[in-house]
Amino acid sequence: MSETLIRARDFSQYFGPVAALKNLSLEVYRNEILGIIGPAGSGKSTFLRSLNRLNDLIPGSRPEGLLEVRGMDINAPGTSVVELRRRLGLVFATPVPLPRSIFENVAFGARLAGEKHRGRLAELVGDCLKKTALWEEVMDRLQTSALKLSGGQQQRLCLARVLALRPEFIMLDEPTSGLDPISTMKIEETLRRLKEEYTIILVTNNTKQAARVADRTAFFLNGELVEIDATERIFFAPSDRRTNDYISGKFG
Amino acid sequence: MRVYFNPRAEERFFRGLLWLLTGATVFVLFFIIFYVLKRGLPMISLEFLTRNPVDMGKAGGIFSTIVGTLALTLLAVLIGTPLGVGSAIFLSEYTRESWVTRVIRFGSECLAGIPSIIFGLFGFILFVTRLRLGWSLLSGGLTLAFMILPTIIRTSEEAIRSVPASYREVSFSLGGTRWQTVTKVVLPAALPGIATGVILSIGRSIGETAAVIFTAGSSLHIPTSLFSSARTMSVHFYILAREGISMANAFGTAAVLVISILAINLLAYALMNRFMKRYC
Repeated sequence: MSETLIRARDFSQYFGPVAALKNLSLEVYRNEILGIIGPAGSGKSTFLRSLNRLNDLIPGSRPEGLLEVRGMDINAPGTSVVELRRRLGLVFATPVPLPRSIFENVAFGARLAGEKHRGRLAELVGDCLKKTALWEEVMDRLQTSALKLSGGQQQRLCLARVLALRPEFIMLDEPTSGLDPISTMKIEETLRRLKEEYTIILVTNNTKQAARVADRTAFFLNGELVEIDATERIFFAPSDRRTNDYISGKFG
Repeated sequence: MRVYFNPRAEERFFRGLLWLLTGATVFVLFFIIFYVLKRGLPMISLEFLTRNPVDMGKAGGIFSTIVGTLALTLLAVLIGTPLGVGSAIFLSEYTRESWVTRVIRFGSECLAGIPSIIFGLFGFILFVTRLRLGWSLLSGGLTLAFMILPTIIRTSEEAIRSVPASYREVSFSLGGTRWQTVTKVVLPAALPGIATGVILSIGRSIGETAAVIFTAGSSLHIPTSLFSSARTMSVHFYILAREGISMANAFGTAAVLVISILAINLLAYALMNRFMKRYC
């Protein structure tokens, strides 16, 4: 198979005494879309937040085991968290545009990094909005508030904002859970296109979405990885009975 | 089950009662404003506003007290706002809830309950005599800054806490440091609340007398430096009325005071609306 970019070995994420992720071992390959499915509370989102160390913000959180990005242990002392988060962009379940203009939302990450050149910022913003197919819809009102966009547009804006970081990975945490089918379709189309350039991890509570866009799919249950395999195998010939039960809708 | 009262009559009764309570509140407010303006407005003229008091305020205008009020309030807000907002940021963003934060918060709440005359006495002993600043704008400004500090800390902290946690997560996940998150995301979103606290504080500073007499003194000269003594409009009103120098001039001063507070509030809300339109 292709190059491994992310590797978890016996990785656990604790919050106080509770382990939200238990002894996770999996790999993510270059330029694939890895879908992660599982019921609520199965540790899917926690995994994404462990990868960009957003869990650090929660008092009492503690990672254990090994989590590597391109062979570097991300929890090693001396790791730049700021740089790590820029490399692994995260799109949240509910779109959270900041109370600023559309332009400033997309340019936000670049501004945080210290970019001040107006021309370069404008080019970056245009570029990222085009990649998320939002450009046509907002090109004439870049200076208006991002809060005025529709839910679907807001989520594509959030994706564009992450792309503007020029990340290596895009992680999406149930990005279409609050969106209508058409907005969902637009996001999925965008993801298929972005796969050429990025490695994508897509957490979804909609198993059909994983079937539609993921190359490989992982099934999480109660903080443990039950099974990870090519998407067709997970959906048509899962090796674990629990995977089959979940996909066929017996629980979850 | 039978209903033993008439729901429509009940509705009408309580609607009437609440209307009455609200009406009484508004009546008191308008009565005060109306009374002060009725007695004070006839006194106000260009001369009254631009000339200095003559003969202890029996004649002449109130120009020096307007300057004194502006200078003292500005100083208090300039000292109090960074201290208060800084403390609020520290309490809500840079520490976790612990007994230390609770002690700080409790102390600040207690500070809010201390009568202003005690602040005056404290300012007199510390700034005026101990630090030898004398009766001066600086002593008065520092004292007022301490007095308004609890209000600013409290309103700022509430405003900062009401900024959605998701904004912070977005900022961190886009590679923001804690300081960047505070200055670029949290403070702009909390600005309306912080501004409300500052406006309240401006009102308190302008209206304060007890703490000011003890620390800034009551000189009728136009202050020329931070170390000059100055008289504010409130203090001027107090002295004119209390010593029976001139009730007419006292009400003239009061009218100017009331109008300036109204103007400051209107201006502040207009500025805030403009800000909100741009960013929200």
